[in-house]
Amino acid sequence: MHSPVLEVKNLAVEFGSGAGRVRAVDDVSFDVRPGETLAIVGESGSGKSVTALSLLRLVPTPPGRICAGEILFHGEDLLKASEASIRSIRGNRIAMIFQEPMSSLNPALTVGLQIAEPLQLHGKLTWAKAFERARELLGKVRIPDAARRVNAHPHQFSGGMRQRAMIAMALACKPNLIIADEPTTALDVTVQAQILSLLKNLTKETNAALILITHDLGVVARYADRVCVMYAGRVVESGSAQDIYANPQHPYTLGLMASIPRLDQEAGQRLTPIDGQPPDLAALPKGCAFEPRCRFAMARCRRERPALESQGGRHYRACFADVSC
Amino acid sequence: MSHAEPVTTGAPLLRVSDLKVHFPIHDGVLIRRRSGSVKAVDGVSFEVRKGETLGLVGESGCGKSTTGMAILRMTPLTGGRIEFEGQDISGLGARKMRPLRQRLQMVYQDPYGSLNPRMKVGDIVGEPLVIHGVTGTQDAYRARIQELLRLVGLRPDMAERYPHEFSGGQRQRISIARAVALNPSLVLCDEPVSALDVSIQAQVVNLFQELQERLGLSYLFIAHDLAVVRHVSHRIAVMYLGRIVEIAPRDMLYREPLHPYTRGLLAAVPLPDPLAERTRVHEEITGEPPSVVNPPSGCHFHPRCPMAMPICAQRAPELTAIGNARSVACHLHGAAPALDGQAAA
Repeated sequence: MHSPVLEVKNLAVEFGSGAGRVRAVDDVSFDVRPGETLAIVGESGSGKSVTALSLLRLVPTPPGRICAGEILFHGEDLLKASEASIRSIRGNRIAMIFQEPMSSLNPALTVGLQIAEPLQLHGKLTWAKAFERARELLGKVRIPDAARRVNAHPHQFSGGMRQRAMIAMALACKPNLIIADEPTTALDVTVQAQILSLLKNLTKETNAALILITHDLGVVARYADRVCVMYAGRVVESGSAQDIYANPQHPYTLGLMASIPRLDQEAGQRLTPIDGQPPDLAALPKGCAFEPRCRFAMARCRRERPALESQGGRHYRACFADVSC
Repeated sequence: MSHAEPVTTGAPLLRVSDLKVHFPIHDGVLIRRRSGSVKAVDGVSFEVRKGETLGLVGESGCGKSTTGMAILRMTPLTGGRIEFEGQDISGLGARKMRPLRQRLQMVYQDPYGSLNPRMKVGDIVGEPLVIHGVTGTQDAYRARIQELLRLVGLRPDMAERYPHEFSGGQRQRISIARAVALNPSLVLCDEPVSALDVSIQAQVVNLFQELQERLGLSYLFIAHDLAVVRHVSHRIAVMYLGRIVEIAPRDMLYREPLHPYTRGLLAAVPLPDPLAERTRVHEEITGEPPSVVNPPSGCHFHPRCPMAMPICAQRAPELTAIGNARSVACHLHGAAPALDGQAAA
């Protein structure tokens, strides 16, 4: 087994200060290896996007603050790295793809220029060479008529094409790690399938690791090798995709699985929703954050916060209850 | 509890025939001239029966929301006819539509944008009663609001609070309470759960189904999530670029989709099962939905269709009945009804 590309240990991120302080990410640990796709799943407010941003130290500070933990990239702690060395990593050895391609592309510059920029900056290519490479990359992400489209502006692209351009940009410097934050949430389902397959194939080709942030359990099942399930800023369960789906061990994961309508099951059954409302991060209970909505909750869950513990092998969960019954 | 079959007797509640909604495109800065039109909805026909949910699915820009707006008479029609409870409403203006709105209500996608932040929840839910002058006595009005809140799973004392105090799922419950306040027969739901978190979606979907059983409601359920639509609908219409390409009872559509677009759409939805996904053949639809401003000739889907034939680029296929329950607009299934033995189904 390869050593991890990225290892996150006990990461914590807070927003605000004083009484209004909110811990958006709390004691999050995971790792990802070359060629592997790790999905971080969770609902809004679960801390999955903040986790993604903090990996490249992109959490807006203030109000945000990474207050604890280590982010080891090939063994080097990014939280201790200088601003200059972080910059040499961003877009070069770790690339990021965001949900809304229109707001992450510069509307005033051509797509080709934006793909060429990291190559010129990190790859030390001349502009001419970088443009040549940008054209190749656009072809590689299957944008038709790439030679002409390289001179187009983002508004001339459709949503799917913009996300393809973002992928080209992310892959430009052959990164070791790509972080994709809800990369297809804004796209139609037929285009989503194309984009995710493309991303998966291209990362496989270069043996890069992929961290896929999503709320869609179908997307996770199709593309992820391993999964971290987050709830209220914490990882509540993690393991291989097969284990998580075939044998979910945390009541929240179980609840999610039961609450989605599925195309591969008989229609017409009532769904089993998770009761209650999403957690308020500013007023989390002392014990387990899922306890108020949990059907397995016990007295202990109100007093203590369960730690992430192995269920055998690399399957972890943070729960006291026996969910087998 | 299983999803009960609807009582489908009598005339349809809503009948839409050859509905067309075209928006003009203007050119020029000083002298504006009409240079074309966007055929957002281009000859759509369907029925919604009493107690039934008709799902309307399609990708962005296919015209599903515009169809909904046209039925509510909130956008001018270019052509076609809409009959609601046996009455032709296609020519009605705002004033003549008003009494009918008691019977025809709507729930929107965005539970934040569709509730007035300055109104108390009780007033929001009671507003339709006030507008239509059916409040009755002060006590009866208050009792009705409490009844409505209870009906959608909220506490009666929440009437005194403001929308910002509620989560997305609770706000959508408030919208639903407002929609059913006047005992409508048809509720038009435009992406009613797509803004909600997965764990909350199921709560709201179940509420829709409970209310259908208790109040005998019919729904036109517009959404892009094929799994949710399958879950709530009795019949489903699939739209592509302003036209219906296939309409069929739920299980028929999902088990044996006839139109290549329906097939591709279903294949594109990832299943929440890693083992099944690993062995599944992913037939991807290539390309992206084309622009509505300049749609392809013939069948709008032909440039992306894996089964396209020469005729598909020349002539648009008519929506043709296959058997007595389903219709499809595809040259593969037109003239030869017994093409693959599914006609008798």
